[in-house]
Amino acid sequence: MTGSRRKREGGNLGLVAPAEPRPELMTWEALNIALDRAMARDESVFVIGEDVGLYGGSYRVTQGLYAKYGEWRVRDTPISENSFTGLGVGAALVGGRPVVEIMTVNFALLALDAIINMAAKLRYMSGGQLTVPLVVRTPGGVARQLAAQHSQRLEHTLLNVPGLRIVAPGTPQDAYWQLLQAIEADDPVVVLEHELLYFEKGPFDPDAPPPPMHAAAVRRRGRDVTLVAWHRMVGVSLEAAEALAREGIEAEVIDLRSLRPIDLPLLLESVRRTHRLVVVEEDCRFGGAGAEIAAAVGEAAFFDLDAPVLRVAGEDVPTPYNGKLEAASIPDAGRVVAAVRRLLGRERPAAAPAPRAGGERT
Amino acid sequence: MRRDLIRQLLYDMVLARLFEQAAAEQYALGRIAGFLHLYPGEEAVAVGTLRAADPGDYVVSTYREHVHALVRGTPPEAVMAELFGKATGCSRGYGGSMHLFDAERRFLGGYAIVGETFSVAIGVGYWLAMNGEPDAVLCYFGDGAVNQGTFHESLNMAALWKLPVLFVCENNHYQIGTEIHRHSAVAEVWRRACAYGMEARRVDGMDVLAVHEATRDALRHVRAGNGPYLLECETYRFRGHSMADADAYRSALELAELRARDPVEGLRRRALAEGWVSEEEVEAIETRAREAVEAAVRHAEQAPEPAELHRDVYVQPVDLYSPEIPARRAAR
Ligand SMILES: Cc1ncc(C[n+]2csc(CCOP(=O)(O)OP(=O)(O)O)c2C)c(N)n1
Ligand SMILES: [Mg+2]
Repeated sequence: MTGSRRKREGGNLGLVAPAEPRPELMTWEALNIALDRAMARDESVFVIGEDVGLYGGSYRVTQGLYAKYGEWRVRDTPISENSFTGLGVGAALVGGRPVVEIMTVNFALLALDAIINMAAKLRYMSGGQLTVPLVVRTPGGVARQLAAQHSQRLEHTLLNVPGLRIVAPGTPQDAYWQLLQAIEADDPVVVLEHELLYFEKGPFDPDAPPPPMHAAAVRRRGRDVTLVAWHRMVGVSLEAAEALAREGIEAEVIDLRSLRPIDLPLLLESVRRTHRLVVVEEDCRFGGAGAEIAAAVGEAAFFDLDAPVLRVAGEDVPTPYNGKLEAASIPDAGRVVAAVRRLLGRERPAAAPAPRAGGERT
Repeated sequence: MRRDLIRQLLYDMVLARLFEQAAAEQYALGRIAGFLHLYPGEEAVAVGTLRAADPGDYVVSTYREHVHALVRGTPPEAVMAELFGKATGCSRGYGGSMHLFDAERRFLGGYAIVGETFSVAIGVGYWLAMNGEPDAVLCYFGDGAVNQGTFHESLNMAALWKLPVLFVCENNHYQIGTEIHRHSAVAEVWRRACAYGMEARRVDGMDVLAVHEATRDALRHVRAGNGPYLLECETYRFRGHSMADADAYRSALELAELRARDPVEGLRRRALAEGWVSEEEVEAIETRAREAVEAAVRHAEQAPEPAELHRDVYVQPVDLYSPEIPARRAAR
């Protein structure tokens, strides 16, 4: 199980994290506070999933909620992803606001019937009679040597499903805001979380006014090239931008925050200034979100681009167990820097480190 | 036996039969498209169970659900218009035969992926139990659906948390062309419930009175907080699986034997023999049902088509995808 390695101080006896402004807070705490807030103010909100109750959640996100709200509102389930997600759909149809936690996106594959065939379709098929205010939270991404079955990203699968909203918070503040917004939304929302971000820290203010759930955010201003990313790849892009700045290249970094819909207006505004776009994506290159972003920007801003839109993406391989190979299977700052140099026609200045080998390509 | 109940059941049974016959005719005329799964032979199941339920109970059904909607009270016009894909249909023309919905009557669909009704039903049941509501959920499924994972997953959770769900198996002995002994190691569906410590029984699904009584007992059990119940109704379908099915896998003898147990005929005969209804009353009921179906077809023919493609995908749509596409290079 993915969460088993981390140390559990407190375990199921832990308390809900306090909702107060803090200079530094971990993502799991921000999500925990969001759930607590939502449950305290709305009795129709309930949480369901494997080990969300007594155990406190694989990544501590539901810590303290079981003790506070009881077993009907924080329900430990058997290992039946499709049915407990479908349970969420059914409850959402009749007034509930279920938050289904699927332990990782890899297991969400077993719940795609509930998510894609039901949650995303019922409003439309019923001629607008039904609403499905369901939230599915699920962690994914390449973590630390969990091998091919536990390292997947699911963007590619969910992106092509009208009826769903998909958010991908990359900071504690966004995790808090977007989870609350997802719970308040009347449409089904999949909250993709990243396994390596739960214990990352960031500033937090529970009462700061949130941007719209779908809005992208500019994390760094720049004039020469736009890097667009989400989840962990925002950090990778920022790191690359630092390195590029030392070469006199100013990269703008956009945190997409939402994958359906994609904040195209903000992307276009940026690209019209920088004339170059690199998508940095952890999911595999073929048929991924990056392809959609590249196509959409290409259609709308072809004449504003000075170069093709590039993708620095996960290699098209199942994730290997070996640590060095695993690292080579997803983008890092070096590969982003190399791509930007290529885009600007400034390949390989003398002092730069060689980009990491891409491995076998299919 | 209450006479008004008998008259109601008889009307429902006749309406169900005539409605499906009309649907088959309209399909043959090309006015109904897509997959069309009809219910003749199985009427006693939907009629018997749903007439024993309360209006506050929720219903979750499969793609073979026209009759369930009708018995729930969805007007025949709205069901037929939906089959025609018209805007006055109960799903406004967006769902079709397999996706009837009537939220006002707590009819929650209309699911065309085999095995989905289980999880939706336990979700509704979970909500009811969590809030201490008195209502129950009726969850319909075929004999073929019991080998889907969701059957086991959902029955387990329903029993574990004592959810108020009545699982109604419409065992028509076929999963399209595969007879039950060729698809199930245990062909008595009710026996599977014991794996979850769930009460269950089998009833003659060709006898609407037996189904009605069994459902009343089962719902009493469910409403008393004893948890879910599985009611297996043994029934048959007289037509092919859908209009696309040539029905070549059953012998003429088998079909003839089934038709001899026609549930609509059976109720009519028994009601007359017992003196529960008179010949005149039966005739009046049949006329009323025929007129309702004819009116439904007339309505569906004349109803307008839905026009909006992009409605109800989201409650709160956000459209960020219509930037102007430049036709040619702009000066910059
Ligand atoms: C998951 C899934 N697999 C296959 C199908 C195709 N299919 C539609 S109906 C059916 C047979 C279902 O049999 P049963 O559950 O006994 O219901 P019946 O049609 O007899 O009422 C099949 C295989 C489907 N709709 N969904
Ligand atoms: Mg069957």
